[in-house]
Amino acid sequence: MYGKKRVAIVGAGLTLFRRRLKETGKELAYEAAKMALDAAGLELRDIQSVVMGTAPDAFDGVHMKGEYLADGAGAYHKPYTRVFVGGGTGVFTPLAGWWHIASGQFDTCLVVCEEKMSSCYPHPQYAFTTIFDPILERPIGMNLIWIFALEMQRYMHKHNIKKEHIALVSVKNKGNALDHPCAQLAARITVDDVLNSEIMAWPVQRLDVSPTSDGGAALVLVSEDVAKEITDNPVWIDGVGWCIDSTHWTNRDLYYPDYVEYAARMAYKMAGIKNPPKEIDVAEPYDPFDYKELHHMEGLLLCKKGEAPKLTAEGVTQRDGDLPINPSGGLLGVGNPIAAAGLMKVCEIFWQLRGEAGKRQIPGDPRTGIAQAWGDLMQYGSVIVLRR
Amino acid sequence: MSEKIKRYLGEEVKAEEIKEGKIPIEKFKPKAKYAWSAGIAISKFLEELKKGRIIASTCSKCGRIMVPPRIYCELCFKPTDGWTYVKDTGTINTFSASYLAADATRLKEPIIVAIIDLDGASEGMGIIHKIGEVEDWKQLKIGMKVEAVWKPPEEREGAITDIKYFKPVKEAATL
Repeated sequence: MYGKKRVAIVGAGLTLFRRRLKETGKELAYEAAKMALDAAGLELRDIQSVVMGTAPDAFDGVHMKGEYLADGAGAYHKPYTRVFVGGGTGVFTPLAGWWHIASGQFDTCLVVCEEKMSSCYPHPQYAFTTIFDPILERPIGMNLIWIFALEMQRYMHKHNIKKEHIALVSVKNKGNALDHPCAQLAARITVDDVLNSEIMAWPVQRLDVSPTSDGGAALVLVSEDVAKEITDNPVWIDGVGWCIDSTHWTNRDLYYPDYVEYAARMAYKMAGIKNPPKEIDVAEPYDPFDYKELHHMEGLLLCKKGEAPKLTAEGVTQRDGDLPINPSGGLLGVGNPIAAAGLMKVCEIFWQLRGEAGKRQIPGDPRTGIAQAWGDLMQYGSVIVLRR
Repeated sequence: MSEKIKRYLGEEVKAEEIKEGKIPIEKFKPKAKYAWSAGIAISKFLEELKKGRIIASTCSKCGRIMVPPRIYCELCFKPTDGWTYVKDTGTINTFSASYLAADATRLKEPIIVAIIDLDGASEGMGIIHKIGEVEDWKQLKIGMKVEAVWKPPEEREGAITDIKYFKPVKEAATL
């Protein structure tokens, strides 16, 4: 066994995802955390530790955001830490929760993620410009969408992939989100809608991209001993992995995310997974852009390099396909409040494995699922393996 | 969302409600200013740019010729141990034509940006810069040869923008 204690998820909570919510970040954290506690049948006094995940302070315009959000996350008078690894935060936060319990130090941990991007007014895009190197990159006039356009172009070039094959991901995910009660951008669209949408930074067009959002998500993690006392259907965290690549992002071949593969290999080794496409029943790879779902399926070893578009075209990744990918609707459909969006994916796998996903429930009694997030300067991968 | 949960919290605010003043919001513009150190390696790089040259650092252990230069090799985790000039020509590794400015406002004429693998550096050692003197970005291709267009010496200030942009080299360009 890895760690001193096996760790289970016993409750999950989620708020609506919207372009702008009236709630503050603290209120969103509270709403998600309270919902997760209620779902687990626990109260705050049962919680021994709290981990908070939230992305750049620049969105909120409040420095030391971890402390700012602490009360809403239920951290009052408790061991508390905020973690932040860019877009990878939402899946990294439950990994940090895992080691709180697996270390043997605690039996319970409340994991909360929040993002309120709308505070950066009129558009959070500008806050992203401060992530770039101030000497060599910012004078060029860097824009966040550029770097993903550069990566997408490289991926398409390397495998000779056409835009219409990538657009299928956006069509699928926005369609899946129609069944998600929290979704911001659920829609029935066509490949032509994507290809005819506004060009933002070629080859990225408007419908290739997830929106900016406000939202919160939370999980309750407990040790095996506690799980056996309070629930008949725990979902186990059986694998954790994380990895970062070099910050010299212009010195790497962007066509393939090595760091995601390394994170996945770490998590699969711990979970005893030897043949990922056969042993994994459902996956929620990070999809802030449609090509990223494909890129990450390959990095997660769910298929060969360059093969993800073909599987998508064949319907393999639909909810009723052999390997359902992003049955929630993903970031493209549900929305992208950065840290909360990553944790939303872990919530989805939790509900899918418990058979609670309602209209989104995938057939076939799934037992093993994974979620993955990605961030920093296209260099960070975080992976979690859940089992029933 | 679990089917067991019947109500989902969150009150949406529409953009019009803010414009019409129906939602109280506070506004603040940060006035923080910064004076960044360019660093040991990049200071040298910038001084060389002012002279119209691109300098790389080298690692004798892994053999890499690195641009942008650095004083330590992040793979071997030891000091780099040499300097060498690389050419101001290279190959387009990947590119984009952006209709978005840094603040997400829309541009009529796109900014063309590329990762350029420089000749003389190790394979895949690219820098990000703009591409200019191109009539239609749709004619750009990955693998195309490009060359730096420098500011006149008297206008250079020791900055990455001492290179105005890269342009397709004549032989390869039908632009």
